[in-house]
Amino acid sequence: MSVPHTLLGLLEDGPHYGYELKREYDERFGRGRSLAFGQVYATLARLLRNGLVEVEGVEAGAGPERKRYAITDLGVTDLDQWLSQPEAPAPHLRTDLFIKVALALMSGRPATAFLDVQRRTHLARMRELTALKAHGDLVTTLIADYALFHLEADLRWLDLTAARLETLANEFAR
Amino acid sequence: MTALLAGRELHRSFGSTSALAGASVEIAAGAVVAVMGPSGSGKSTLLHCLAGILLPERGEVVYAGCHLDQLSEPERSRLRRQQFGFVFQFGQLVPELSALENVALPLRLGGVARREAEQRAEDWLARLEVAAVGAKHPGELSGGEGQRVAVARALVSHPQVVFADEPTGALDSLNGERVMALLLDAARSRGTTVVLVTHEARVAAYADREIFMRDGRVVAPVAAA
Repeated sequence: MSVPHTLLGLLEDGPHYGYELKREYDERFGRGRSLAFGQVYATLARLLRNGLVEVEGVEAGAGPERKRYAITDLGVTDLDQWLSQPEAPAPHLRTDLFIKVALALMSGRPATAFLDVQRRTHLARMRELTALKAHGDLVTTLIADYALFHLEADLRWLDLTAARLETLANEFAR
Repeated sequence: MTALLAGRELHRSFGSTSALAGASVEIAAGAVVAVMGPSGSGKSTLLHCLAGILLPERGEVVYAGCHLDQLSEPERSRLRRQQFGFVFQFGQLVPELSALENVALPLRLGGVARREAEQRAEDWLARLEVAAVGAKHPGELSGGEGQRVAVARALVSHPQVVFADEPTGALDSLNGERVMALLLDAARSRGTTVVLVTHEARVAAYADREIFMRDGRVVAPVAAA
């Protein structure tokens, strides 16, 4: 799961303090596993170094918690690129796929197009596995079947998500 | 690529429900194409239009240079019998005929003598691994056997295109896989074009490529990374 890109996605909505980002991340994507403050600030420091965010304002006092961060043009480009890149079709992608769909919806990007590309990527991998079965022994077939059933489960989740995009968009609208 | 079969800007509705709303597709000779999409997206209607079973209200279907809408119904019927094979979710075998007679039927309708038709039907039943059920009637067959008989019937007359609409929809995983493998082995070995409607990704993965439908249209292919 890409914490840096998720933070960039949250920053796209407007400048945030680190603790606000942590709170929002935990609420939307944490699902019981909250992000450590240390990780938030370490990630922001790295994004700052790479020019993907900038410090927009500093409150009186010292320490990273006083800084307000904003996404830069370079950051938006980086986020765009990450969102439009389909995930490698491995099983158990829920977290990454969900974050991408959610961030796309929150920012008004076309989530349908993202899901279409992801579907094609998954199907291309499933074709490779199916071809493997045609020429492989039974053990190869069983291993390929395992991957195929998991990828199929991902795809069914993608299709269901696609069918629920409108409802989901309302939920993420703010 | 010159398409063997093409549908262009197809529109078709049923009452007030629009099933196709500008669907376009091109299929090369020998290709195996899966048509995917949610329920109601127009998959089956597209298949029926491409196969000349339904006529679109607007748009055209061209098969091997021939415009299907310009044919009379008897001409379309002959084209379907001579050039196309069909497999549906439920075999749709003729219940009064034995499995062997069902498979021989397309040949008999095409004027092949009974003896030769039944010999060729037997070969196809063997190829589909159901040589033993030839004398049984459809009601006596298991789902997997019935679907294999239906595949044999679709292929026996060496069609140029096989249209399959959810061919494994009523089968368990193992039988479904076997039917797909046998259908596509046979089709690929003869260069037969296959148009396969399915909502199952594992079935679609047997095809060379997929087209995805949404709201009666084919979603434009997006280059995947």
